[in-house]
Amino acid sequence: MKFAVVVFPGSNCDHDAHYAAQHVLGQQAEYIWHKETSLKGADVVILPGGFAHGDYLRTGAIARFSPIMAQVQKFAASGGPVLGICNGFQVLLEAGLLPGAMLRNRSLKYQCEHVLIKVEQTDTPFTAACITGQVLRIPIAHGEGNYYAEPDVVARLERNRQVVFRYTNAGGVATDDANPNGSVANIAGLCSEQRNVVGLMPHPERACEMALGSADGLILFESVVKAVSEGAFSNPAKAVAVAR
Amino acid sequence: MNISGDVLERHGLTPEEYQRIVDALKREPTLTELGIFSVMWSEHCSYKSSRVHLKTLPTTGPRVLQGPGENAGAVDIGDGLAAVFKIESHNHPSFIEPYQGAATGVGGIIRDIFTMGARPIALLNSLRFGPLDDPLVRRTFAGVVAGIAGYGNSIGIPTVGGEIAFDETYSGNPLVNVFCLGIAEHGEIIKGVASGAGNPVYYVGAKTGRDGIHGATMASAEFDDKSAEKRPAVQVGDPFMEKLLLEACLEVMKSDALVGIQDMGAAGLTCSTCEMGSRGAAGVDIDVSLVPQRETGMTPYEIMLSESQERMLMVVKRGREAEVERIFEKWDLHAVRVGEVTTDGKLRVRNRGDVVAEIPNRSLTDDAPLYRRPMAEPAYIKEAQQLSFDSLGKPPAAGDAFWRLLASPTVASKRWAYRQYDHMVRTNTLVLPGLGAGVVRVKGTSRALAMSVDCNGRFVYLDPYRGAQLAVAEAARNVACAGALPIGATNCLNFGNPEKPEIMWQFGRAVEGMGAACRALDIPITGGNVSLYNETDGRAVLPTPVLGVVGVIDDARTVVRRGFTSQGDFVVLLGETYDELGGSEYLKVVHGVIRGVPPELDVNREAALHRVLVEGASVGVIRSAHDCAEGGFAITLAECCIGTGFGVQVDVPAVASVGTKTFSDMTTLFSESASRVVVSVAPAAEVRLLELAARHSVPIRRIGVVRGTRIQLTIDGRSVIDESLADVEQTWNTAIERYFEPARAIA
Repeated sequence: MKFAVVVFPGSNCDHDAHYAAQHVLGQQAEYIWHKETSLKGADVVILPGGFAHGDYLRTGAIARFSPIMAQVQKFAASGGPVLGICNGFQVLLEAGLLPGAMLRNRSLKYQCEHVLIKVEQTDTPFTAACITGQVLRIPIAHGEGNYYAEPDVVARLERNRQVVFRYTNAGGVATDDANPNGSVANIAGLCSEQRNVVGLMPHPERACEMALGSADGLILFESVVKAVSEGAFSNPAKAVAVAR
Repeated sequence: MNISGDVLERHGLTPEEYQRIVDALKREPTLTELGIFSVMWSEHCSYKSSRVHLKTLPTTGPRVLQGPGENAGAVDIGDGLAAVFKIESHNHPSFIEPYQGAATGVGGIIRDIFTMGARPIALLNSLRFGPLDDPLVRRTFAGVVAGIAGYGNSIGIPTVGGEIAFDETYSGNPLVNVFCLGIAEHGEIIKGVASGAGNPVYYVGAKTGRDGIHGATMASAEFDDKSAEKRPAVQVGDPFMEKLLLEACLEVMKSDALVGIQDMGAAGLTCSTCEMGSRGAAGVDIDVSLVPQRETGMTPYEIMLSESQERMLMVVKRGREAEVERIFEKWDLHAVRVGEVTTDGKLRVRNRGDVVAEIPNRSLTDDAPLYRRPMAEPAYIKEAQQLSFDSLGKPPAAGDAFWRLLASPTVASKRWAYRQYDHMVRTNTLVLPGLGAGVVRVKGTSRALAMSVDCNGRFVYLDPYRGAQLAVAEAARNVACAGALPIGATNCLNFGNPEKPEIMWQFGRAVEGMGAACRALDIPITGGNVSLYNETDGRAVLPTPVLGVVGVIDDARTVVRRGFTSQGDFVVLLGETYDELGGSEYLKVVHGVIRGVPPELDVNREAALHRVLVEGASVGVIRSAHDCAEGGFAITLAECCIGTGFGVQVDVPAVASVGTKTFSDMTTLFSESASRVVVSVAPAAEVRLLELAARHSVPIRRIGVVRGTRIQLTIDGRSVIDESLADVEQTWNTAIERYFEPARAIA
C-alpha cells in the first residue's frame, strides 16, 4: 500500500514520516508537494511535522490554502485515512478537519522530550492494532501544542469518543504532572466524527526503532496498514480512478 | 588624503592601513571602497592577527577532503560520503541582542554547511555565560537558548549536544559558538568559487536591508557602556526563508548547473563577491541597483555592507540560467541576475551602470594586512599557578563538597536548555543531548558519527599551551567514549583584545598546544573561526579555544552510552588519578579560586586510551563509558548512575596530596587528571577488557560494581560518599532550573 507524505515548504518531519513508512515498515511512500493537485492514488495521507509556512502567523494557518489541501479534504470526506502529526495536526485544526485550536505551551517554551500517551480508542485506522488503555512512550517537539476547545466542544468530543490519545502517567492516569503543555483534558490526539482523520501532537514517526529510544510509535503505522488491507477504510482515490 | 581621521576611526582602520589601501588602488578610495576595505580587513574577516599562528595547525591527512579556506571543512567517512562541518562564533551580537544574535549564528553556520553541497544533519553549541544569580546573565542565557531553539527547530536540524559553562569573566561577554555538520557525497562537494568569464552571477534569498551594516567591524572591537547603541548592527533571522534556501540550493546543486556558491555572512555581498572571485582568480562585476532591496534609498555603500540574513551568491553556468531560475521559483524564491564573472581579477561594483568601486580581489583577501603582533607572558600566570593549600583553610566533608559540585551550573544537567532544542528531528539521534558526545546515524550506511565540543577555559587561563591540549584531548575522548574514532576537528578560538601582548601570548601558546595535541592524536583541523576582542571595559574572558571533534563509528549498533546498563556489571577505571586539583571545578566552587597548574597531558597515553575505547566498543566489551572532566572522578561516577536507575559501590585508593594531608580525600575525589574514563563491563568480559588495556599500556583497575540504588564511594575501605541516587538526580537535574522557576523546582 502507498503512503502520501504532503510536503509544505516548511515541513521538516517529512523525511522522517517517509522513512518510517518506507524503510521501517516496508511500504511504498511518496512525497507530494503542496502545490500539486493530486494525491497520486495514495491509500494513506500523512501531514508531517514542521513549520509549514514558517508559522509566523498561527501555526498551519496558511497551509490550509495550499492546492493539495482540497484533495486532502476530498480524500478525508470519502473516508480515506489521514494522519496529522504535530504541525500536521495544527493544519488539520486550521482546515476544519478536526475541531479546536492550539495555544502556546503553558511553559511558554518549546519542549522536546519523551512523554507517555494512552490509547483510548482503537476504532480509528491509526489505532486499530492497539489495545484500549495501552500506554505509549513517544516524543513531543513543539512550542504550540496546548490544545484548547470550548467546554461544549470538549464534551462533544468525549461523548463521541473522539479523544484518541491522552497524556497520562505510566499507570494510564491523566494527571496534571503528566500533561506536558497544558492541553485541556490532557488531550494529545483526536479523530474526526467519521474516525478516519486523526491528529496528534506527539511524533510516532520518531519512535519506530529501538535505536532511537522507543519503538512504541510503530503501532500507529502498523495499524493503518492493517486497517487498509482489511478494507476497514476505503481507498477513495483508487476507487475514483477505477470508476473513470 | 581626502578621508578624514575621524572617518577612518569609525571604519576601524589605522592610518597605515589607509596608506596600504591607497597603494593597492594607486589612488584615493571612494567612501564605498573604503567601506569594502574596512569590513574585509576587519579582524573578523581577515584574521590579520591570527593568521600567522593558524598556519601552524595540522590541516591535512588521508581523510581530509577539504581543509581550511572554504566555507567549511570536509572529511571522508567511508561509503563515498563526507562529513562537512565547522564551528563559528556569534559572541558579540549575542550579547547585544541574545535571541537574534544566537539565532543568526545558527543560521550562518547552517549556510556554511549547505553551501558546500551537504545536507546539514546535526547542530551543537558551546556556550559561556556569567554566574546565573545575575538577572542580566539569566536574561542573556534564556535569550541565547531560545534563539538557538527558534532557528534550529524551525529549520528542522536537530541540536544533539554541546556544552555550557559559567564564569564571572563571561558576564559582560558571553560566548556563543555554534557547530553544524552535514553529509555530502564526495563528488558533490561544491566550492565558493567564481570562474568562467561571462558566467552569470545570481543573488538569491532574502532582500537586502540596512540591518547588520558593519557587523564584522563591531565584532572586531571591545565592548563598553555604549555597546547597547550598536543594536542596529545585529541582524534578524528568518529560519523559514533559510529552510527554503537550503532546499532550493541543494536541488540546484544536484543539477550541475552551478559553478560556485557562497553565503552572504559577515560583510555580506562584499565578502561573497571578492572571496569567490579571489578563489577563482577571476573578477566579479555586479550592479547593486539590481539587488532586491527591502528599504528604499539604499546607497551602494549600504548594499555592499549589509549583513541581512538568508542570502546567497551563485555563479551559474552560462546557458543553464532558466533551469536554475525554475528551481528557485518552485520554492517561491527569486534568483536575480546581478552581474557576471570577468577575467580582470577585480571586484567591480556599479550602480545603474556607473562604476562606484573597483578593487583587485586579492587586495581584499589574500593580500589583506597580516600582523605578527607582539606577545608577552602575562604577569598573572606565575602568580596564579602558585597554589597554597594552607591559604584555602580546612576542606569541607567529602559529602558536602560532592553536593556543592553537583549543584554547580557548570557540572549540573543542562536539561533546561536542551529540552528547548528539537534534538530528534530527522530520526538519526542515537544518543540524546546531555549524555556526552552527540551521536547521529548516517542513513543509508551502517555508520554513525559522534561529535563533541569542549574547552575548559580555566585550564587555558592558567596555562594556555596545556589548557588547549586538554581541550583537544577532552573533545576527542568524549567522541572515543561513544566508540567513535576521532577523524577531524574544527576550532573556535575565543580570546580578548589581540592588540594587548598578554592576550596575544595566550593566543599564540594556545594555538601551539592545540596543534601539538592534534598532531599527536592524528586529528587534522579542517577549518574554524577566531573571535577576538572578547572584552568588556578592558576585562577579557577566560581564553576559550573550543575544539569540535568528529568521530566515526563503523557499526552504529555498537555505539556506547555513558550510563550503566546492567546490575552486577564491574566498574572499571581506565587511566590514573594524580594530585592535580589545579584549575579544578572543586577549587572554584568550594574555595572560589582559579589557581594552580592544570593537569598534565601525556598525549601518547591519551591516544592509547582512545584506541582501547574504540576497539572495546567495536567488539562489544565496553557496556558504558564516561570520561572524567569538571568535578573529577566522583562527579563522573554519579553521572554514570543518573537516569539509569542503577546505583554503584566503589572503592578507590587514596591519592596523596603534596599540599597537605587534609586535602587527600578532595584530591582523590575531585582531581581533574586527564586521560581517565569510567567504564562498565559484564563480569564475564572483564578479562578481555584487561587484555585490551594491557595491549595498549593503558592503566586499568576494577574499582567496584553496579549495584543497588545508592552511590557509595569508599577510599581504602573508608566511606566518604553514601547518598541516594534519587536525591543526587534531584539536585543535578534541577540546579539550573532553580534559577528560573524556583517554586516549581522545590515542589
